[in-house]
Amino acid sequence: MTAPPTPVVDATLGQIFRVFLVIGATSFGGGVMAYLRSSLVEKRAWIDDPTFVQMLAMSQSLPGLNSTNMAVLVGDRLRGTMGAVAALAGICLPGGLMMVAIGMIHRAHGARPEAIAMLHGVAGAAVGLVAAVAVQIGRKVLTRIDDLVFIALAIVGVSVLHQSVLLVLAVVGGMGIWWYRPRTAALESPGR
Amino acid sequence: MSQLPTLIWVFAYLSLLTVGGGLAAFPELKFLTVEVYHWLGFQDLVHLYSLGQVAPGPNMMMVAAIGERVAGLVGAAVVVVAFFGPTGVLTLGVGRLWQRLEGWRWRDAIQRGLAPVSVGLLVAGTISLAKGALTGWHSMVISVVVFILLLRTRINPALLVLCGAVTGLLALR
Repeated sequence: MTAPPTPVVDATLGQIFRVFLVIGATSFGGGVMAYLRSSLVEKRAWIDDPTFVQMLAMSQSLPGLNSTNMAVLVGDRLRGTMGAVAALAGICLPGGLMMVAIGMIHRAHGARPEAIAMLHGVAGAAVGLVAAVAVQIGRKVLTRIDDLVFIALAIVGVSVLHQSVLLVLAVVGGMGIWWYRPRTAALESPGR
Repeated sequence: MSQLPTLIWVFAYLSLLTVGGGLAAFPELKFLTVEVYHWLGFQDLVHLYSLGQVAPGPNMMMVAAIGERVAGLVGAAVVVVAFFGPTGVLTLGVGRLWQRLEGWRWRDAIQRGLAPVSVGLLVAGTISLAKGALTGWHSMVISVVVFILLLRTRINPALLVLCGAVTGLLALR
């Protein structure tokens, strides 16, 4: 069975909502991307692998979480704007409800000594987790030594100079884009 | 009740800063929710963010808990829409435009140039979280062990966060 480059599939709004609801409810421990790929590409064949990779690259360079950006892009591809809304609502609903419940429990019982002890452990583990994620993403992104300068400038701007994330994003991001700006064809590969 | 418009602009603004991941917005999340609007204490924020690592789905669903704390269930719903709506609309628009920008030479420059900045913002977010989370040697040891385990094995991170809770409890005795 050969799949067409862009599978033309019949997905109803209800189906889109349900599939993303299941992903939103079962993707414990981050790595939502792996869940998205196995469900959308492998199990349902709603999109093919090259499309998935292309959408992922787009999700990463746009503001917004990668997982919710993916939901919007896939939902839009399948069923237009309403498909995007259905996918976004589905992927957010389970975790959102769970966090509201956790927040209520935290407010009611968070001051107990046992709760404080557990929360110290949870917070320590969370720091290890986010640091590992930053290293893993950094390994993928770092291809040139120049990148280190922009990473360092962003860290200094936020953590040392305490500037707003928006300002750092605009200034250092602008410098990064300028650094990698398109060069004239004569200077780059002559073939293009 | 009058908090709702403030909640909307704060979380709509924060959502636009999440380039590379929700953590990139954490320093600004702390500044606005803790220092400017006093919706919750820094420790509460750190705890909710950390607990959010256990929840399934997009990893910033903890914003719903902040909304609930400020304005009940309506606040939670408003915050989720404010946080995911604007970037959703942006992604929808740019997604449709992206294919047409195939030949636009600045497209790759934007992708390439923003990547290292987003990594830097993730590290800055980690530092900000660590300042509130690493309050004693117990949590420091837990963070280092989790960090090493995640880089060397394929253990589910949610499981490690739960192990952190149990370890914290055992350390109390």
